[in-house]
Amino acid sequence: MSFEVQEAPLPAVSRGELINNFSLNIATINGSGSQTSNGVLLRAFFKMGIPVVGKNLFPSNIQGLPTWYIIRLSKDGYLAHRDPYEVVVCLNGRTVAEDMAKVAEGGMVLYDDSLPIAARRPDVTYYPMPVGKLVKEASVPFELKDYIANMVYVGVLTYLLGIDMQEIEDAVSWNFDGKPKPIELNMSMVRRAYEWAQANLVKSDPYRIERMTGFNEDKVLADGNTAAALGTIFGGVSFVAWYPITPASSVVDGLNKYLPKLRTDPETGRANFAVIQAEDELAAAGMIIGAGWAGARAMTATSGPGLDLMAEFAGLAYFAETPAVIWDIQRIGPSTGLPTRTSQGDISMAYYLSHGDTRHVLLFPADPAEAFEFGTTSLDLAERLQTLVIVMSDLDLGMNVWISPKYQYPEAPLDRGKVLSVEQLQELGHSWGRYKDVDGDGVGWRTLPGTRHPAAAYFTRGTGHTEMATYSERPEDWENNLLRLRRKFDTARNLVPAPVVDAPEGARFGIISYGSNDPAIVEARDLLRAQGVETAYLRLRALPINDTVRSFMRAYDRVFVVENNFDGQMQQILLSEEPVCGGQLVSVSRCNGMPLTAAWIAGQIQKGL
Amino acid sequence: MAATTEQVGRPAPAPKLNNLGLEKAAYKGAPSTLCKGCGHDTIAQRIMTVAWELGLDQTQVVKMSGIGCSSKSPAYFMGWSHAFNGVHGRMPAVATGAAVANRDLTVVGISGDGDTASIGTGQFKHAVRRNVPMVYIVENNGVYGLTKGQFSATADLGQRLKYAGLNNLPPLDICMEALAANATFVARSFAGDPRQVESLLKAAFSHRGIAVLDIISPCVTFNNHDDSTKSYSWGRQKETPLNELNFIPPYEEITVGYYEGEMEVAMHDGSRVVLKKLDPDYDPTSKLNAFQTLEEARQRQQFITGLIYINQQERPDLHELLHYTETPLVHLPSEKLRPSREALDEVLAKL
Repeated sequence: MSFEVQEAPLPAVSRGELINNFSLNIATINGSGSQTSNGVLLRAFFKMGIPVVGKNLFPSNIQGLPTWYIIRLSKDGYLAHRDPYEVVVCLNGRTVAEDMAKVAEGGMVLYDDSLPIAARRPDVTYYPMPVGKLVKEASVPFELKDYIANMVYVGVLTYLLGIDMQEIEDAVSWNFDGKPKPIELNMSMVRRAYEWAQANLVKSDPYRIERMTGFNEDKVLADGNTAAALGTIFGGVSFVAWYPITPASSVVDGLNKYLPKLRTDPETGRANFAVIQAEDELAAAGMIIGAGWAGARAMTATSGPGLDLMAEFAGLAYFAETPAVIWDIQRIGPSTGLPTRTSQGDISMAYYLSHGDTRHVLLFPADPAEAFEFGTTSLDLAERLQTLVIVMSDLDLGMNVWISPKYQYPEAPLDRGKVLSVEQLQELGHSWGRYKDVDGDGVGWRTLPGTRHPAAAYFTRGTGHTEMATYSERPEDWENNLLRLRRKFDTARNLVPAPVVDAPEGARFGIISYGSNDPAIVEARDLLRAQGVETAYLRLRALPINDTVRSFMRAYDRVFVVENNFDGQMQQILLSEEPVCGGQLVSVSRCNGMPLTAAWIAGQIQKGL
Repeated sequence: MAATTEQVGRPAPAPKLNNLGLEKAAYKGAPSTLCKGCGHDTIAQRIMTVAWELGLDQTQVVKMSGIGCSSKSPAYFMGWSHAFNGVHGRMPAVATGAAVANRDLTVVGISGDGDTASIGTGQFKHAVRRNVPMVYIVENNGVYGLTKGQFSATADLGQRLKYAGLNNLPPLDICMEALAANATFVARSFAGDPRQVESLLKAAFSHRGIAVLDIISPCVTFNNHDDSTKSYSWGRQKETPLNELNFIPPYEEITVGYYEGEMEVAMHDGSRVVLKKLDPDYDPTSKLNAFQTLEEARQRQQFITGLIYINQQERPDLHELLHYTETPLVHLPSEKLRPSREALDEVLAKL
C-alpha cells in the first residue's frame, strides 16, 4: 500500500494489551468475493461485543486490482481508522511483499502458501494457508472457487484468534439472508480451514479476541448509506431521482431495498413513492426540484462530479425557493479524482453551489445514526425553508460499515412548511404574494400546483421577481429579494441542527470538526489529554453557523479546524463568517484518500500549540 | 385530459361560457412581451382557446418551460395555472418531477428549438423515452431570438442570416427524434394554421403519455425571410397537411358517418380523433410510414404537417410504469409517508 509515506514498520500496540486491541489488514484481489468474508469477520467481532470498525480500500475497478480491508478492534471503543496493522492476511501475489513488510512490529502474517514470500522478519509470526489444496479437496463448483477460497482465511483466523464459530455461522447466515445452500457451501469451507489450522498450526502469536460487554449493546452495524436511505424513508421521502455514481449509488440501493417493504400501500399494493433513474445528474436535480415544487418530499444522492452538474439547478432551487434534498457522498477530487477514496473536499463548492450570490444549507452527519436522523431533518428543513438542503456525507461514512447507536424513531411530525390551503387563500384573496415576508423570517407562503383556487397560481422563475412573483428588472426589487433571502438564511442558522460542544474546564485549545472525522477527533483528544493537553471540541452539524459557533471560536487561544481536504475549506468558510478570530483559527487538514487518524490529528495539534 | 365536467351532453352552440361556466377571458395570461407578430403568441392564443373549449380546469394544469422566447410564453396564457420557468434545456426534467409528484396534474411543456434541439436534446429524448404524461410543444423557429439571431440546430442547411452568416450543418428534425425515442404521439404544425394547431392540441390533451407537437413558429425579427423554411410565407405556400383532424370529446354522442379516406383513432379518455386523409397513402399509425414520410419530406424540402404518428396502445405511460398510488404522491398523508415505529424496530433487529 502506498497511502502513507512510511520507512519502517509502525509500532504495534504494546504487548499485554493484545486482546481485542489490534488491527487486521486483509489483502485480496478485487472482485474475488472477499467482501463477504470480511463482512462476516466484522459482524462476528461485533456480535462478540467488541468495538470494531472496517475500512474497505477498494480500487475503481470491477475485477483484478488489489483491495485491502482493514479491521480495527478496540477494547476501549475507538472507532477511527488507525494506520499500523498487527495482523495481515496475504492473498494477493502482486502486493504480498509490501503487505508483509509493513506489518507492525511483533505482528503476525497469514498467507496463501502459493505466494512467493519475501524476506522473513524475526519479530513476526508467519502462518501459511494451503488455500489451493483446501479448495480442491472441498470440490466446489468451478465458478465459485475464488469466492469460496476467501472463506479459508475466515476459518484459519477463527482458530488463531479464537472467534466464536457460532458467531461466524450467524454472520454467514445473515450475509446470505438465511439461504441454506450458500450458507452451507461457505460454512463447510470455514470449518474445513478451521480443522486444518487446528491440526497443523501452532499458535505462537499474542493476538486474540474475547467476548466482551459494555459497548455494543443497543448498537447497530451498518454503512452510512444504508442509514441515510432508511432515514430518508422514515423522513417521508416520496420522490427520488438519481444517476449512478460511486460512492453514492448504495444510498439508492438502500432505498430500492427498503422502500418496497416499508412504503407499499397495504390496501392497493401500489407504491407510496417513486424512484427514477435519470439520464444524468442534471436531470436528477431537475426532477427533484420539479417534484419538490409540486409538493413531494424529494431527494437525490450523488458525489462531487454529479454535484458539479447540479450547480445550475441548485441556483434555481435557491432563487425560485423550491425544496429539495441532495445527499453528497463525497469522494476525492478534483475531477474524476479517486472515485473509491474518501474526502471532505466538496464543502466550499456545496456551500456556494451555483453562480451569483448563492448559499445553501449543509448538514454534516457524523455516524450512521445521525445519517438516519438527517434523513428526516433534511426533508423537514427543505420544506420549512423552501430551499435546497445538501447533506454532506462521504465515502468513509457512506460505504464503510460503522457501529452506531440504534437509530431513533423520529418523534416530531413531518414538517411540511408554509403551504397555503384553499381556505387560507379564500381569506387572503389576491393580497397573497408568493415571496412576501409576512412572518419576518424571510420565508414566504407557497401554494402547491393543483390547489383549487384561482388565486393559487404563481409564476415560478429563476429570473428577477417581485414579492408577487412577477418578472422584474428593477434594482430595488432585486436587492429587496436578496435581503429577504439573507433573512431567510439567518433564520436557517437556528433551525439547522445545533453544534455539539464538549468544553471541559481548563481547556485552552479548541477543535472544530465535522462529519466522519468524529471518531478520530474523540481519540485524538484522549491522546492529547494523556500528554497534558486538554481541548474543547465543537462538532459542526450544519452550515450556516450560529452564535454558539461564533463564541466557541472566540473562547480559546487557538482553535484547530480539522478536516479531510487539502485546502482547509471549512476553516476558510468559518473565517469568512467570523473574521474577528482570524489569527487563532488554525487549519489542520489533509487529503490523501484515507480517513484521518487520531495519531496524525494529535501530532498536528501538538505541532501547532 | 379529464375535463371536470358536471353537465353531460353537448355544450351550447357558439358558447360564451365553457362547461366550467367560464368565459374565454378567464383563460388569459399576462400581456405578451414578445415581438409583435411572433408565432409564439399565436400558439399561446391557440392553447388558451383549446383549454377553454375543452373546459380544462386551469388550477389542475401546470405550464413548464425552459429558457428562451418560447419559454417566456407560459406567462401569456392560462393565468390561473401554476408555471415553472426553469433553466435552459431542462424543462423535461422539472416537468417529469412535477408530473410524477402529482399525477392529477395536466402538464403542458413549452419549449423552443434551442431549448429542445440543442441544449436540451438529451432531456427531450429521455422524457419521450419515459413517456412522461404531458403535452410537449416545441415552438420551432430555427433561430435564437433572445441572444439576437444565432442559428439553432433546426436551422436550414445552407441558410444565410445577417448576424450568423452561413449555416453549414443539417437540421435536427424534432419529429424524427421523437419517433426514434419511441414517442406515441408526434405531430407537426404551423403557427399560421390555427385550425390545425387547435385540433392537434385537443388530441394531444387526450393522449396517454407524451404528445410531441413540433410547431413551426416564425421569428418575425430574425428568421422570417421568404427563403427560410421557418417563415410565414414559406409556411403559407408550402404547408402540405397529411391529414385533417376532427376532435370529438367524450361527451359528444354523435355518430359520424365515415367517408372514404377517413379513419378514427380512439383516445384513452374516451374521446376520438377522426382523421381525414389528405395523402391517401399515409397511415399515421404506422411508424415505418412516419419515418419514411419524414425522410422523404426532408429530401424534397416539403413542409408536411398534421398528425404524423399516433399509437394509443404501444406503451404504458410513466404513471403506470412506476406503479404508484392513485392518490397523488403529494397528497399522501404523514401516516402513509412515515412507516411505523415497529417497522423501524424490525429493520434494526436485522442490522
